[in-house]
Amino acid sequence: MAKEDTPLDQGVFDSTLEAELAKGTDRRVAEGRARSAAVRAYRAANPEEAAKHEAAGAKPAAAAATGGDGGGAAAPAAAPAAAAASAPAGAPVAVAASAVTTPVREAPLPTGNVPTPKKGAADKHRLLALVPPEGIQRVEREQGDRVNVWPHLLIEEFVAMFIMLAGLTFFSVFINAPLRELANPNLTPNPSKAPWYFLGLQELLRYFHPMVAGITIPTFILVGLAAVPFVDRNPSVKPGDRKIAITLFTILFMFGGVLTIIGSFFRGPGYNWVWPWAQGVFFEL
Amino acid sequence: MKLKPPSPSDLGDRIRETEVWKSIFRPGSIFRKGYKDTSRDRALATMNNVLYHLHPVKVKRHGLKLTYTFCLGGLSFFLFILLTITGIFLMFFYRPTADIGGAQAFTDMQSIRTSVFFGDLVRNLHRWGAHLMVFTVTLHMARVFYTGAYKPPREFNWVVGVILLFLTLGLSFTGYLLPWDQLAIWAVTVGTSLAGYSPFIAKQANFLLLGGVVVGPETLLRWYTLHVIALPFVLVIFLAVHFWRIRKDGGISGPL
Repeated sequence: MAKEDTPLDQGVFDSTLEAELAKGTDRRVAEGRARSAAVRAYRAANPEEAAKHEAAGAKPAAAAATGGDGGGAAAPAAAPAAAAASAPAGAPVAVAASAVTTPVREAPLPTGNVPTPKKGAADKHRLLALVPPEGIQRVEREQGDRVNVWPHLLIEEFVAMFIMLAGLTFFSVFINAPLRELANPNLTPNPSKAPWYFLGLQELLRYFHPMVAGITIPTFILVGLAAVPFVDRNPSVKPGDRKIAITLFTILFMFGGVLTIIGSFFRGPGYNWVWPWAQGVFFEL
Repeated sequence: MKLKPPSPSDLGDRIRETEVWKSIFRPGSIFRKGYKDTSRDRALATMNNVLYHLHPVKVKRHGLKLTYTFCLGGLSFFLFILLTITGIFLMFFYRPTADIGGAQAFTDMQSIRTSVFFGDLVRNLHRWGAHLMVFTVTLHMARVFYTGAYKPPREFNWVVGVILLFLTLGLSFTGYLLPWDQLAIWAVTVGTSLAGYSPFIAKQANFLLLGGVVVGPETLLRWYTLHVIALPFVLVIFLAVHFWRIRKDGGISGPL
């Protein structure tokens, strides 16, 4: 839309320009201020004409947004015509002019209430945010060699799951879980053993005071395990760089395993030593 | 006009075009019509499925290698699901009472073995699965140690894992008492006798565990409640944190 199209109040324009120049404002700035004041004064004086003007200005934009279908067909035709009219003055002028003629929207003051959408407003809206550079978190991660979870990992997991389920079902069909006679607090079986995962501790009872074997050592194991990542500060995961850690863990793990096996299979009546192949196994799951 | 019944594949297509089907299976689901074996649809299959959603869309290739994880964490989780299902089944037929008049807990165990349809098999699955879970969780911990997967930023997840190991042992041990046979009460008597040696709070600790001075009906009720609701509840919370942290800490550790 060309500059000439905008109606303005000439009197206001002249007086404002004079006042601005008297203040020592640069001529180009002063003209701009005078023009905007004049346009606003004109619109204030002729509200109905201003509304019509605004509608005309908004129409091409709306038509362009909807792709110019149906009813908006006339409006897009008007836009190139207006552009053509200003063409002799040069493209940059046309751009500047359209900027000036864009209807000024008086935004309401913020109320703090949830805004209600205007009638007939489009359902979609765009959000534009300015993010200061310091607000951007830069994540640097090498893409690496990655594969889709579906199907590669999931197939593997399902196969593992079904193999285990099949094995467990097969085992359960043929081997019954033990169920002995009714509990009798007055009849202590010999030997009486804890569940297998505690037999390492029960074995320790043979060598240490119950407080050490039953309280101190288990607490030490649990706290020690939880503390592992805070004690081992070696950042490498390569087995070659972790000889001490791996050796220590393996020794302790084996130690626990051996104690559990001894408690399970090598202890018989009176919790005395037995050879499982000679005196039999005193172990129940 | 003669009406011809639709062929099975035609019928399948028609069902998959219905609004109901499309409302259940989100876009990208492998059950939806038009699933293509493309990177995009594979990604959607993972993102839009509540079960696969535990996983990221992509994982490091070395994580697929069986000898890296041995599937131990996943199998432990699956065993937990299996134990929950079989455990719920057993709860329908079991009363945790062992009064002087009659030990319902024990007689219920007997009837689960003899009169309940599939009762014996489900009970076996529950018992053997529980032992296996202690085993897989322990091995999972060893695997995580040997691959150095507890190193930064995964320190806290290792601690959560130790708590989960402790809870697994607690679940297994509380379940051990429930059959109320000679094996159960004496194993628990041996196991809990150690609590009587705790410093300063020996008596209190013992009473807290047993609900009395010896293993009795109160202990049974107490351990039953711990076994079927209290400990699983706590375990699920830690499990959620455990899985969430795996994702947040960058997925599977390594490669070595």
